[in-house]
Amino acid sequence: MAIPIPELHKATGDRRRKTALEFWLFVGPMVLGLLVFVYIPIVWGLMLSFFRARNTVKPTEFVGLTNYTELFSDPRFINSLQTVVVFAIIIVPVTFVLSLGLALLVNDAGRNTGFFRTIFFIPTACSYVVASLVWKTSLFNGLPSGFVNNILWLVNEIEPIAWINTVSPPYYWLVLGTVRLWLQSGFYMIIFLAALQEIPRPLYEAAMVDGARRGWQTFRHITFPMLRNTSVSVLLLLFIEAFQAFDEFRNILATGGASGTQILARPPLIYLYNVAFQDQNYGRGAAGAFVVTVLILGVTIIQGRLFGFGKRE
Amino acid sequence: MDKRQILNRISIYIILILFSIAYLIPFYIIARNALMTQREIAQFDWQLWPETAQWQNLTNLLNDPIANITVGLKNSTIVSVLQVAGRLIITSLAGYGLARIRYKWADQVFYFVLIALMVPSAAIFVQTFLVVASLGWVSTIQGLVVPGMFDVFSVFIFRQFFLDFPRELEDAALVDGLGTFGIFWRIVVPNSTGVFISLGTLGLIRSWNAFLWPLVIGQSRETWTVQVVLSTFLTAQTINLPALFMGAAVGIVPVLLVFFIVQRYIVEGVRVSGIK
Repeated sequence: MAIPIPELHKATGDRRRKTALEFWLFVGPMVLGLLVFVYIPIVWGLMLSFFRARNTVKPTEFVGLTNYTELFSDPRFINSLQTVVVFAIIIVPVTFVLSLGLALLVNDAGRNTGFFRTIFFIPTACSYVVASLVWKTSLFNGLPSGFVNNILWLVNEIEPIAWINTVSPPYYWLVLGTVRLWLQSGFYMIIFLAALQEIPRPLYEAAMVDGARRGWQTFRHITFPMLRNTSVSVLLLLFIEAFQAFDEFRNILATGGASGTQILARPPLIYLYNVAFQDQNYGRGAAGAFVVTVLILGVTIIQGRLFGFGKRE
Repeated sequence: MDKRQILNRISIYIILILFSIAYLIPFYIIARNALMTQREIAQFDWQLWPETAQWQNLTNLLNDPIANITVGLKNSTIVSVLQVAGRLIITSLAGYGLARIRYKWADQVFYFVLIALMVPSAAIFVQTFLVVASLGWVSTIQGLVVPGMFDVFSVFIFRQFFLDFPRELEDAALVDGLGTFGIFWRIVVPNSTGVFISLGTLGLIRSWNAFLWPLVIGQSRETWTVQVVLSTFLTAQTINLPALFMGAAVGIVPVLLVFFIVQRYIVEGVRVSGIK
């Protein structure tokens, strides 16, 4: 009699079906969301980049690689890539060093660690728009009424500097750099602080016994090597964020009214915004967006490989 | 402590205090300018604090027909609350499913989610706009809210957290006859409030401060968020500085409140995000 076998089979089949149903009830919404708002857009964007699409997000006429050739012959696009590389070269190391430095100092503040941690972390709550507003209209206001110009006058009677209205010297990099530094460094300081607190104390004690002096020696031979993983992920995050810069460029540098088409320095995301939303050239916008996405992905992967991302000590 | 150590301590404190002052200056400037007259702000010599605090700047701002700050505040509140609520529900369910349900395609689904983590989220704004526009969601609340709900990073945090969740609790509930959802809702969620608050508050701050997506999707004035309202006035030809700074103050007060109430959880959230 073969009755028990199909029944058993049926039971496990039911069970398997129930598991599948449960799994998709839990994970399904997320998968659907990623499909609609991440995967389909990338494929759709790639498709649209081979079409003409002006003033409409629907493809009108197949144009092959025209959008790409136009993109790469547009000096504004090439320039935007150069701009973002310069920006990353400035902002990434400076943020890295300052966050780590603050973390080391705060970690040594004894009972007041919590107090200083809060102060350096508060800017994280501020938006790029609000910070840009302070930087543009007050801190680095090019008039004598600007805060920094006032300080410079008090210190050494230095004439007011037009921070964001001159190309040579390009003082605007200082304005853009400091705003991002102020907004981000507290966040990364917390990450470093957490990593610092996980370094086992006995390591330092052993080093002291061996005659190491607290300070540069212990930092070089214990602290910094122990922070390797954290440092790698912080660097990676800083790079990815720098390449996606938009807010401060738009709010500090853009002139020419609300359209903001004239701008001193234009990173790729500003370029894409100009092309897609101001020129309403969605075909070329899609081509540019695809190139930029691939570039960032590439940098992420290369950097990950270079530093051996994910390796554990 | 010997003399060297004491000197060391003192120099650390001096550096920390100097940096602290520098970090607080922008907040001081916001408060000062928000309470000044236009003339006071524009004068050449830096005046430390307004002669008399101009509280009418606040009423002027709220009654300004062009500034729309009340609409912005309303939109920002709706968008960030809905977005964070949706994100917590969707990503915690997904995290739990991936951590605990043994489905034969679970690994493949996990990779599907994992790959999305590598995609630079801001850089694909043009592509996402193309799809969202085709759905007819331009200048709608759902257009502002929904695309930001599917945060891969939150899924990973939740999955990791649920993997470490004590299995015995779940097994006991299973014996008591609870189903998978019952276990999740009655046992797992109530014992995971910390991670929910951490991700929730970090998410609220991020949603409230978001700029690029609200700028491209909220194209009509009725759907402008606070950040878009402030940005529009910042890039306008003539700037009413006291109103603008009062707007900035109004725009950061809600975030600062959330920040100070649950600071412990936010720090924990950042800490966790650094480890991954």
